[in-house]
Amino acid sequence: MKRVIVLSFLILVIPFAVFSVEKKIQLPPDHPFGKLTAGPGSELTEKKCGLCHSTDYIVRQPRGDFKRWQGVVTKMIKVYAAPIDEQEVRTIADYLASAYGTAAAETTKPK
Amino acid sequence: MATPSRRTFLNALGLSGVCALGDRILPPMMRLFAAEDPLLSGRPLVRYPEKTDLILLTSRPPQLETPMRYFDRAITPNEAFFVRYHVSPVPTRVDLDTWRLKVGGSVETPLELSMDDLKTKFERATVTAVAQCSGNSRGRFSPRVNGGQWADGAMGCAEWSGVRLRDVLNKAGVRKEAVEVLFNGLDKPAFPSVPDFMKSLDVSRILDDPNILIAFQMNGESLPMLNGFPARIVVPGWFADHWVKNMSEITLLDKPNDNFWTRAAYRIPDNTCGCVEPGTSPSRTVPINRLKVRSFIAMPANDARVPIGHAVQLKGIAFDGGSGISEVQISDDAGNRWRRVALGKDRGPFAFREWSADWTPPRAGDYRILVRAFNTLGESQSATPLWNPAGYQRNVIEQIEIHVV
Ligand code: HEC
Repeated sequence: MKRVIVLSFLILVIPFAVFSVEKKIQLPPDHPFGKLTAGPGSELTEKKCGLCHSTDYIVRQPRGDFKRWQGVVTKMIKVYAAPIDEQEVRTIADYLASAYGTAAAETTKPK
Repeated sequence: MATPSRRTFLNALGLSGVCALGDRILPPMMRLFAAEDPLLSGRPLVRYPEKTDLILLTSRPPQLETPMRYFDRAITPNEAFFVRYHVSPVPTRVDLDTWRLKVGGSVETPLELSMDDLKTKFERATVTAVAQCSGNSRGRFSPRVNGGQWADGAMGCAEWSGVRLRDVLNKAGVRKEAVEVLFNGLDKPAFPSVPDFMKSLDVSRILDDPNILIAFQMNGESLPMLNGFPARIVVPGWFADHWVKNMSEITLLDKPNDNFWTRAAYRIPDNTCGCVEPGTSPSRTVPINRLKVRSFIAMPANDARVPIGHAVQLKGIAFDGGSGISEVQISDDAGNRWRRVALGKDRGPFAFREWSADWTPPRAGDYRILVRAFNTLGESQSATPLWNPAGYQRNVIEQIEIHVV
């Protein structure tokens, strides 16, 4: 009897085990670490710049003035066709330059 | 898809491919990375499916960095291996009953290979090789550059097993006109204007190189989803932008690939160093390719405090683009004198080479320990970091600070 059980276990399970089959994972939601600092234009920025990727792409970028951030936003439009109009570019770059601007001290010190 | 009863049965036996960890999503608590590295301090530590605690770069798409302490050994554990994706969403479910690797384009016989076909119809091949993101250490560029602000953990070394890409191409029969081979994975941008992530290699490069694999195993296990399940391209000695994950399609092209990720991204200045004067732009660029020599000190951690009068054990790894590491040296006097250290087991020219040394501090105080490696071609690392606008292929001499008290 025992041998029958072992045998049927082998017959039933081994082929399935060999061809075992599906892998499924579940990813967590965007981490709060990427949340943008509140300020004029932050909601628009959160909405537009969170369309294709989480906004943690933004928070650890090199700080920059209006021109540098405008460059980043323009790249998103030119290269990836981000749906952002002229007026919104200004609002977003203004916001980013004030929230993630050059004024705040920044270390480039090697470790 | 398998029947529910079979799935349940397999789950109960722990035999199913479904990853139990994958269903356990930890709440996004703010657990932060310790301050051993100023660039990483304050970043969240997160645990993703099939992975251990890694440093978060971005959550969508997931990008995760390996802490330096894992580089005290030649093989990076699968669960600690870095994660780098370009477009979102990334695949979260693959059923091997229906998954097929398509081989098409300029071939005599288009193929649709199941995992079973890959495992039974081709010779197995294994290579231990380093995957390093082109932008590894980008966060240390000065002047700083835009892009993923990685510290040094966008690299890892694993034993990859699978089949030779050239065997698969030969089975399909490469037509004379074919010049490049294009790789596409299951990650597909939700936003249609974002170019799908694809990379290519020259046909001749693949046919000449038996080490280029379609790998379905990593360190003896199936790949974690976030490292490319069920199969990924492995190009030993080359930067990991070519190592396309979650593979679905191989297409032979009669004309060079014009996809954004080759034409515009992943390019370096067309000169021997792949670098330009900091802050300037290159006039001509080429696709990034072979890894440069690098070496790291993983143990002790940067900023460690050690007691006076004891030898400190230093450990780390070194690697290059496939000629192999011949020597690793350390210095405790800003690079005036260098001392050769012991190398660990040679796992082949594409692998991390472990090194170790005992260092006895002469007196109390703060020390900087420098490390540099040489490959068998005599190439090494420089004390001045190279610079380019995309933040690629940093390979400066690394250092850690040790406080002897
Ligand atoms: C249409 C999709 C889309 C939108 C909308 C978008 N991005 Fe991006 N962004 C991308 C893609 C794709 C990448 C490249 C990802 C990679 O290389 O891994 C990227 C990368 C970045 C990077 C990294 C640096 C670089 O140049 O690759 C930054 C910074 C960034 N985006 C900022 C923004 C900001 C700010 C906004 C809002 C103005 C924005 N993005 C909106 C698609 C988009």
